[in-house]
Amino acid sequence: MTSAVQLTELRKSFGALEVLKGVSLDAATGEVISIIGASGSGKSTLLRCIPLLEVPDSGKIAIGGEALRMRKRRDGRQEPADRRQVNRIRSELGFVFQSFNLWAHMTVLQNVIEAPVHVQKRSRAEAVAEGEAILEKVGMADKRDAYPAHLSGGQQQRAAIARALAMRPQALLFDEPTSALDPELVGEVLRVIRGLAEEGRTMLIVTHEMAFAADVSTRAIFLHGGQIEEQGPPAQVFREPTTERCRQFVTRHLNRGA
Amino acid sequence: MELSFLADTMGKLLAGVPLTLNLSFLSIALGACLAVVLALLRAGFAPAAWLVRFYVYVLRGTPLLLQLFLIYYGVGQFAWIRESVLWPFLREPYWCAILALSLNTAAYGSEIIRGGLQSVPSGAIEAARVSGMSGALLYRRIVLPLAIRQALPAYGNEIISMVKATSLASIVTLMEVSGISYAIISETYRALEVFLCAGVIYLLINFLLTRAIAWLEYRLNPHLRAQRTSAKPIGQIA
Repeated sequence: MTSAVQLTELRKSFGALEVLKGVSLDAATGEVISIIGASGSGKSTLLRCIPLLEVPDSGKIAIGGEALRMRKRRDGRQEPADRRQVNRIRSELGFVFQSFNLWAHMTVLQNVIEAPVHVQKRSRAEAVAEGEAILEKVGMADKRDAYPAHLSGGQQQRAAIARALAMRPQALLFDEPTSALDPELVGEVLRVIRGLAEEGRTMLIVTHEMAFAADVSTRAIFLHGGQIEEQGPPAQVFREPTTERCRQFVTRHLNRGA
Repeated sequence: MELSFLADTMGKLLAGVPLTLNLSFLSIALGACLAVVLALLRAGFAPAAWLVRFYVYVLRGTPLLLQLFLIYYGVGQFAWIRESVLWPFLREPYWCAILALSLNTAAYGSEIIRGGLQSVPSGAIEAARVSGMSGALLYRRIVLPLAIRQALPAYGNEIISMVKATSLASIVTLMEVSGISYAIISETYRALEVFLCAGVIYLLINFLLTRAIAWLEYRLNPHLRAQRTSAKPIGQIA
């Protein structure tokens, strides 16, 4: 199997705080990987490193087998060597934020076709046709002309997922996609994400929804203190963790979710 | 007050309206372009940002009238300016007025736009970056549209101030509405009637401008409009 996302020995510090202490991860095409861990364990930072929203101080990132070219800075950290490559690789990934981050001055459909038209240079007609099909899939077809401010959180997040899908991404990255939602709106977003998982898309999901993660993922990763403490099939990580920290974390969260 | 004199005066003053509008629109347009550039520089690298801060400090800290005098009387003192290609423009009071008005409004405008730029949510920028946008595309499609919408109400104030500020152009011999007023008063000594007429003209121009700006705000901000029964944003009562 080809690897969609390959991370090698990522390290990242914010000031004196080392958030990632050498994390390696190889996501094969079609894998659904849930990343769990306490807040501060580095899971969001790890996900944000993939499209270089955070630039790791050291370590390698490869998307679809293509390595992101980095160069050393004078302070020993690294920075992207080729902005054009970064933009292209970013446009081949779909990223869904905790707080949706839709563009407020555009309608739902305009949000969805923005990058396909202006970054990927696809024709407007084609982008609109595909965008409408995607909105249909996430149950937002009737809201295509609505502005984000007029939508509920769940609708905004489904629109944001549609925006990510419109990039025809090699992999979808979800950063706590339901953490900003009212409890009664979580379900509609999780249903959409579940549907995408069943299509066989490559996905990395940072989440606190343990039951959901256990259910949809093909692999689970438990991060602790900036390192992978435990990983394996969800049945192992969620039901029979081998490390004590993971066991405590999972027990605490599964009980709270029940 | 006689009606016939008022009507006569109004007729003469209306002849100055095209020049008042011309000065207003050209300086507002040039000033706005410069304001965007200044605001972007102000948000950028240190040396440029400091220069812009100094520019804004000087232009806001001195009277427009003084700036106009400096340009009108001042630049002709330098031989190298008199010999430059700019001289055919700079010796004309019209272009001196345009220059002073534009440079002045650009200073105020850049601060308004800077406020707009700062109000753009970082999440919107992050979402654009992660979609592969950067540089000019990011600014053109996401940052500036959001910033300008935010800045528009304050910029409306600046536009109206500029229309009134064109009255200073009369000091450098331009016969716009105020210039004609002074001329009529020096012939007739009927200051009250003439200034009343001039005031009405400025009020009318600014009434139309206010409506135009409100319309633009309405058109640009469908996302801020209340939808049917949902809660209305603050200040939007109608």
